[in-house]
Amino acid sequence: MIATLQQYLSFPFVRYALIVGVLIALCSSLLGVTLVLKRFSFIGDGLSHVAFGAMAIAAVLRLSNSLLFVMPVTVLCAVLLLRAGKRAKLKGDAAIAMLSVGAMAVGYLLLNLFSTSTNVSGDVCSTLFGSTSILTLTRAEVWLCAGLSVAVVALFALFYNRIFAVTFDEDFGRAVGTRVEACNLLIAVVTAVIIVLAMNLVGSLLISALIIFPALSAMRLFRSFLGVTLCSAAVSVACALAGMLVSIVGGTPVGATIVAVNIVAYFLFALVARLK
Amino acid sequence: MSLITCQDLTLGYEGEAILEGLSFSVNAGDYLCIVGENGSGKSTLMRTMLGLQKPMRGSIAFGDGLREKELGYLPQQTAVQRDFPATVWEIVLSGCQSRLGRRPFYTRADRALAERSLERMGIAPLRRRCYRELSGGQQQRVLLARALCATQKLLLLDEPVSGLDPRVTAEMYELIERLNRRDGVTVVMISHDVAAAARYATHILHIGGKGTFFGTADAYRESPLGQRFLADADGAKGGAEA
Repeated sequence: MIATLQQYLSFPFVRYALIVGVLIALCSSLLGVTLVLKRFSFIGDGLSHVAFGAMAIAAVLRLSNSLLFVMPVTVLCAVLLLRAGKRAKLKGDAAIAMLSVGAMAVGYLLLNLFSTSTNVSGDVCSTLFGSTSILTLTRAEVWLCAGLSVAVVALFALFYNRIFAVTFDEDFGRAVGTRVEACNLLIAVVTAVIIVLAMNLVGSLLISALIIFPALSAMRLFRSFLGVTLCSAAVSVACALAGMLVSIVGGTPVGATIVAVNIVAYFLFALVARLK
Repeated sequence: MSLITCQDLTLGYEGEAILEGLSFSVNAGDYLCIVGENGSGKSTLMRTMLGLQKPMRGSIAFGDGLREKELGYLPQQTAVQRDFPATVWEIVLSGCQSRLGRRPFYTRADRALAERSLERMGIAPLRRRCYRELSGGQQQRVLLARALCATQKLLLLDEPVSGLDPRVTAEMYELIERLNRRDGVTVVMISHDVAAAARYATHILHIGGKGTFFGTADAYRESPLGQRFLADADGAKGGAEA
């Protein structure tokens, strides 16, 4: 088995995939804690559907670099979703459901009507669940992904104290003059960036799992915000690495395997928490 | 010049007024209790004073060297907070957020301030404990310590004793009184406990359908409105004990 792994690791595209996977897992876990605690999980879920729709449009338009189209569209929707979410009483959640399901339906429709590929269902499946696409990354894509990941981690570190403040108590923040709306906007935009990045790894349907599972696992064991955040990052990276290695050796789908490892980790953490 | 001057305020939601023509002022060193029935607009008034929502009419002016954001706020707890993974230290330190300015991280001076606030509230030994595992009274002390990091001048407290048992409630009232009398912190507090309000506060603002009163606590006890409400409160207490 180790020999098989060594053989695979000698290919550059496998190494690229591992690097990108780890970076994406790290980014996605950082904001997970905040999204879960702020009850913003719905934004992550809604955005992943929007990203699918945007990806479909990019495919139909035959854009050479779909990221340049998908990223701005998803960021824009993140801003819209945040606005809608605040007016939850005015059927904000229904608006989000409409936007996300609508984006999926239109995306699938477009792919079927105008697709240039001979294997539409294969394309759709890989966009939804992720698949071999991470193994076909070019060197440029790896660098782009690495750059964006570093930017996300740096932003998170610089705004860590403010993110904690608006996660724990928005009203107090507003009362003492913190720019809460700007912080929320930053959180939504960074979430959109992460989701578009993570689509390469696990596909749009499974992204929410990558964001939420590590945070929930960490919250089982740790009692400080910093502890939860660091643990969540560690769990996410470990699960992504383990999932990718298993999928390489066992030939299982990458995204689903990573999520499965995350599920196992969650129950392990829950068990340890109960025994403590 | 008063710390806060409210002129002819009309408050409400979505075009519907719940409070009209309200005028009062808070001077440095005052201990003002806002009382009134549920739904009379006490929390709305406090949110307006904090700048969290706009008055429909009228004005709120800050004076006496107090800038608008230079106040401490103790909100009613939300469901999110009750189950929040954070230590006492992390929460109290977040009270220094307005001192961050453009800096990303807290300075040594900020930490020292948080440290002092912990000690003033007598919760320094709890610093590493998780907020959600504390008792109700301890949680309120943590939020009060956080508010003290944000201000040395003015505290706005929204029902700080709700849900606490009588002994802890008394401790909390004494703590707030000490901040006011000894440290000279101006206190504005919403309370549904009229009797305690009349006992501890220097001034009372009574709002609601059955009339409005603003004046000193002594004058409130003498006023017809005050006497009626204090008698009601006594009656309710007697009924509960019987």
